[in-house]
Amino acid sequence: MNGLRQMRGFMYRDHQLTKRYWSWVVVFAFYALVNSATVALIGVASKDLRLTLNLTLGAVLWSFLSVLFNEIAMSIAFERWEGTLEYTFMAPVSRLVHLMGVSSYALLYSMVRAVVVLAGLFLFLDLSLRGANLLGIVLVLMVSSVAFVGLGLIAAILPVMSPERGAEATNIFQGILLLVSGIYYPVSVLPKWIQPFSVLSPATYALRASRKLLGVEGPVGAGHPLQGSSITAVLPDLLILAGMGLAFVPLGLWIFGRVEEWAKRAGKLKRTG
Amino acid sequence: MLSPALLVRDVRKVFRKRSSEQWALKGVSFSVANGETYGLLGPNGSGKSTLIRILSTLLLPDGGEIEVLGYRLPEREREVRQNIGRVSVDAAFYKKLSARENLVYSALLYGIDQRTAERKSLDILAGLGFPSARFNDPLEEMSRGTQQKISIARALLVDPPVLLLDEPTTGLDPQSKRDVQEFIEDLRRRKGTTVLLTTHDMAEAERLCDRLGLLAHGRLVAEGTANEIKEAAGTEGLEDAFLKLSGEAFEKEEAEA
Repeated sequence: MNGLRQMRGFMYRDHQLTKRYWSWVVVFAFYALVNSATVALIGVASKDLRLTLNLTLGAVLWSFLSVLFNEIAMSIAFERWEGTLEYTFMAPVSRLVHLMGVSSYALLYSMVRAVVVLAGLFLFLDLSLRGANLLGIVLVLMVSSVAFVGLGLIAAILPVMSPERGAEATNIFQGILLLVSGIYYPVSVLPKWIQPFSVLSPATYALRASRKLLGVEGPVGAGHPLQGSSITAVLPDLLILAGMGLAFVPLGLWIFGRVEEWAKRAGKLKRTG
Repeated sequence: MLSPALLVRDVRKVFRKRSSEQWALKGVSFSVANGETYGLLGPNGSGKSTLIRILSTLLLPDGGEIEVLGYRLPEREREVRQNIGRVSVDAAFYKKLSARENLVYSALLYGIDQRTAERKSLDILAGLGFPSARFNDPLEEMSRGTQQKISIARALLVDPPVLLLDEPTTGLDPQSKRDVQEFIEDLRRRKGTTVLLTTHDMAEAERLCDRLGLLAHGRLVAEGTANEIKEAAGTEGLEDAFLKLSGEAFEKEEAEA
């Protein structure tokens, strides 16, 4: 009961902060929409519907997963910037409840952001998603979000370890995910030495499964409905994503716990670092 | 004999940076009885805040023993957290959020529901002379003194048996300072709260504290009531006693080095 109320505490805080920073929320959503549209319009310019669909899918998925990852990974850095880090860490809240509270709000926020971006894209693109397995894509997103929460928890330790460099390193981490996951291109076009890293990113599997479910790997043409695959066709990717989620979340919590203990010994758990 | 509310025994803390190390606490021992107000005095860098942060469970000591209400740290961290309130020199809040939002957030973390939190917050703030009309104003629009009153309300929302006050009146205007001091006195009278107070203000220390400890260069160099300390130092004022006793400690350390 207390754990739920404490989780609600973090969600309440983040919701209030979202409302107070509403103009920045609008600015970031606008930028994400424009960025996604400019990417998707490359496909329109090429008069290539398959490319347009691939780019649109990549843009929307990345809009969702990157915001989810970023909100969790940067949660400690935000606390330090606000100066509230010490009060949060001395509250009688288990780290599991703390990080789950932060992650739950991040999940809701990133879902709303992705829906806004997707809806906005239809202002720029004349696309029909008839025939696509949209429910399947939502399922893939939900399963992959657990793995991304785990990655966010792992990355959240960086601002605990180094107040100065941690936030910067978190952005590098996110950049690497974007690069290796084949968001806008097949992983096979990456240099050979980078390609092995793509197997470690949940986004790789989320993208691969979503492309099948959208139907861009089948025949695509104007006036023809898409031929989105059934869930069974992407079961191997779903299982990998679920496995990653099961591994990354406890791993992230365990690493966070170890780093928190180290920070308490080194005197890093303070607002100025 | 009842166990003390706070027990600090031979606590040591060193901060290591590359090749150098800096001892913040070099074997500090003292205890604070239930309902007592104990003042820790010392110059900047003497180890006062390090000690408060250890008691707040934000820092692990390198040696020694600590108990808060009989709960040993770091093993019983959760229980200690549930039973302490802290006010630090900086009122650390989400500045864009209102007093209400900041206090509700904090209360939820301690398992208090929103309605109770709002009612208690207003009660406590009224006792501190905070105008209720400003309850929904963002913190960034409030003076430091007003923010510090909200910080005290946050610490008291959970009725903590132990209150850690780290320079709570530093930088406040005279009226705010008086409001805060009167509130601390009243709190002790009404609820018997145990208070550990760090301050640079000797008059405040004399007024609020039953006993004082003088901390200098990580060591407790004197302890007792204000009168006992003045007597031991052979001075009329606490400030002179403080300078004399901490000065002796510096000389002693230099001799040891």
